[in-house]
Amino acid sequence: MESLLRLEKICKSFPGVVANDHVDLEILPGEIHALLGENGAGKTTLMNCVYGVYRPDSGTIYWKGQPVEIHQARDAIALGIGMVHQHFMLVPPLTVAENIILGLPSPREPLLDLKSASQQIRELAERYGLPIEPDVPVWQLPVGVQQRVEILKALYRQAELLILDEPTAVLTPGEVEELFKVLRAFKEKGLSIIFISHKLEEVMSISDRITVMRAGKVVDTLPASRTNPHELARMMVGREVFLQIEKPPCTPGEVVLELENVRARSDRDLPALKGVSFQVRAGEILGIAGVDGNGQTELAEVIAGLRRVTDGRIRVLGRDITHCTPKEIIDMGVAFVPPDRQHMGLLMDFTVSENLIGKSFDRPPFSKYGFLQKQAIENFCAGAIYRCDIRTPHAHVPVKLLSGGNQQKVVLARELSLQPRLLIAAQPTRGLDVGATEYIHRQMVEARSAGTAILLISTELDEVLSLSDRIAVMYEGEIMGIVPAEEADLQQIGLWMAGSRAHQAAETPQTV
Amino acid sequence: MFEQLVEIFTSVAFYAAVIRLTAPLLLAAMGGLVAERAGIITFGMEGMMLMGAIGGAVGSYYTGSVLGGLAFAMLAGMFLALLYGVMCVSVGANQVVSAVALNLGALGLSSTIFALVFSNRAVGVVTEVVSVPSMQPVKIPLLGDIPILGDILFNQLPLVYLALISVPIVWFVLYRTTIGLKIRSVGEHPHAADTVGISVVRVRYLSVLFTGLMAGLAGALLSIGMLNTFQENMSAGRGFIAYTAIIFGKWEPLGIFLGTLLFGLADAIQLRIQALNLPIPYQFWVAFPYLVTLLALVLFVGKATWPAASGQPFKREGK
Ligand SMILES: Nc1ncnc2c1ncn2[C@@H]1O[C@H](COP(=O)(O)OP(=O)(O)O)[C@@H](O)[C@H]1O
Ligand SMILES: [Mg+2]
Repeated sequence: MESLLRLEKICKSFPGVVANDHVDLEILPGEIHALLGENGAGKTTLMNCVYGVYRPDSGTIYWKGQPVEIHQARDAIALGIGMVHQHFMLVPPLTVAENIILGLPSPREPLLDLKSASQQIRELAERYGLPIEPDVPVWQLPVGVQQRVEILKALYRQAELLILDEPTAVLTPGEVEELFKVLRAFKEKGLSIIFISHKLEEVMSISDRITVMRAGKVVDTLPASRTNPHELARMMVGREVFLQIEKPPCTPGEVVLELENVRARSDRDLPALKGVSFQVRAGEILGIAGVDGNGQTELAEVIAGLRRVTDGRIRVLGRDITHCTPKEIIDMGVAFVPPDRQHMGLLMDFTVSENLIGKSFDRPPFSKYGFLQKQAIENFCAGAIYRCDIRTPHAHVPVKLLSGGNQQKVVLARELSLQPRLLIAAQPTRGLDVGATEYIHRQMVEARSAGTAILLISTELDEVLSLSDRIAVMYEGEIMGIVPAEEADLQQIGLWMAGSRAHQAAETPQTV
Repeated sequence: MFEQLVEIFTSVAFYAAVIRLTAPLLLAAMGGLVAERAGIITFGMEGMMLMGAIGGAVGSYYTGSVLGGLAFAMLAGMFLALLYGVMCVSVGANQVVSAVALNLGALGLSSTIFALVFSNRAVGVVTEVVSVPSMQPVKIPLLGDIPILGDILFNQLPLVYLALISVPIVWFVLYRTTIGLKIRSVGEHPHAADTVGISVVRVRYLSVLFTGLMAGLAGALLSIGMLNTFQENMSAGRGFIAYTAIIFGKWEPLGIFLGTLLFGLADAIQLRIQALNLPIPYQFWVAFPYLVTLLALVLFVGKATWPAASGQPFKREGK
């Protein structure tokens, strides 16, 4: 069969990084082709070359057998290539219809024809099973629906090849299933799909063929039917990966964190925490599971001092910190890995080293008499970059140029360098690949074994199950129940997550 | 004194003056709005207005016709806008700093041109006021005959009409045409616009040139509209007021219209009250419209919602 798209020896470098190194890739008509690789492997760069966002340094792109020059996105669109970027390319105040027709000539030029566009969008949405309301401003839509708008944008431009860059990173498990159904329907209709991901299970379940990339190079291309997650993980990371974490037995010490009937309100001023109580002891990991949006973010924020507590008490090492400032709480030995590293966890325009000392730059040895101590900072950062395996050309690169996994390593390195008594880790591995996830998990287990109390808040149930010593489930601002990990019953936890206390009402203590 | 005030506020001429004084602000602000919505800060309208004012006077002087003056005014405004575009769009310089530089440059340039063209060669300075052909009010048939309203609205200079109808026109272009959609997307999320094949650079240049054209006309309205000559620093901060009106109006044509109207009203009031010779220093009344603007901004605007990419140069990465 003739290929739809073929890449031959594509190379693309950025200052200090070879992002794509002689990459060959072939996409057949009507196939779902997964591009699998760790963060920083060069997947996004490669697709940006295909879509005309970047110009490859060398190499050739063939479309339906013909060599083509793609100078800008417009050229790619004209060929029939559509791309859904990882960070959506939607204009928030514009409506769905306006976003979809943006840049296209109108049938009534120079006037817009939103009516007929809306009509066409509705038809298209119907045909592909992607229900949408064309006249709503995009900013009002949940992320999953925004993704739908992006997909429709590509379909509206009659894409024959749809590139999806990490589409599942922003979706709930239910939404992922929905998306997969839609993608399979596209395939039926003859579209080709490039599906970028670093999640092995997903890739196995959706794709026909899988191309694995590592450090800018293609490792191999295999049919999904002839491989397995373990083999893929090894190809991706370049070594054997332990999908299971090894954990020494838990020896809990004194109570480090104690919440007593804590209440707080959300940004929209609705009750977000409705009387939350629990304790975390030194040397244990308490995992909080639950579907996103059930008060997890607010929980992390009240403990870190970033959100006002309306009622109840929070104590760290016996001291009441309910109304302390974040700085006072940091000084108590509380470290915080926030759920959103790009906005809360890091100053994206600051360098790696500035971020690494972001919480301790004002004390010795990094600062003396109000002056920064360059040598001490350099030494510390060099050590941290080495120890934590942060992949960066050097310590003075703006952190925004690092891949997500390496950014998170910077956050964790900073937080753990404070030798905290308590670590609040909220979504510590969101959007990270196997290698980085494994690394972060190992670091957390190590900190716990060294006596740090850890509160892990995650919407990835697998993560909570595999890391925690005790597991709590949050639903609508309440703790539904807490169980020791070895007694955890998946069905029970599932019920709690869905808000049902039904069949074990007697055994759902608020405090353990 | 109370009677005098009543007399002012009940006179048709007062309200006609409000409209007349609003017009230059409105022209500039509607032009500025377009570039603002494309993500360009239009702090440089002051300079563009000054260039328009001198352009209008010089053009009118040399061609002997008002139309010639208007053409010169537009070109002069667009010339400055082009420089501004090069700095903001192509070079990616800081927009506020560039605007300040151009405003100062325009002040010097306009005064120099004025001296060169109109000076008494022997002395080297402008010794007498040279008058140039200037615009005359045009009464609109039928509408102009409506009692009161006709005299307020429909017996004005042609550029005043243009200012008034520019409000619905700019609204229509922004919200009902493809170029308007492009402009709005470029000001909110230039990268998104780029990925669907819109030339961010072209849209921004065109928008800023339009601002220059409109601000140029606004300047001409000052020099060959309200007077028949040029005066040094003739715009006297009106370009900044127009900019403030854009913020006051939250980047929406109707709101901006109200903002400029408020300033026009304050300006008309101060002109009349100054004439009353009250025991208040005239400087207070000169400052009065600016105080009103400031107060209005503080009291009524609340949180402004800027176009998200306002002031940010656009650069494609990895090219
Ligand atoms: N615009 C850029 N400037 C500099 N370096 C970049 C840029 N984009 C990506 N990189 C680097 O190129 C490498 C590949 O990145 P990317 O293609 O985003 O990986 P992936 O999508 O597989 O996670 C990384 O090391 C990243 O830091
Ligand atoms: Mg990527």
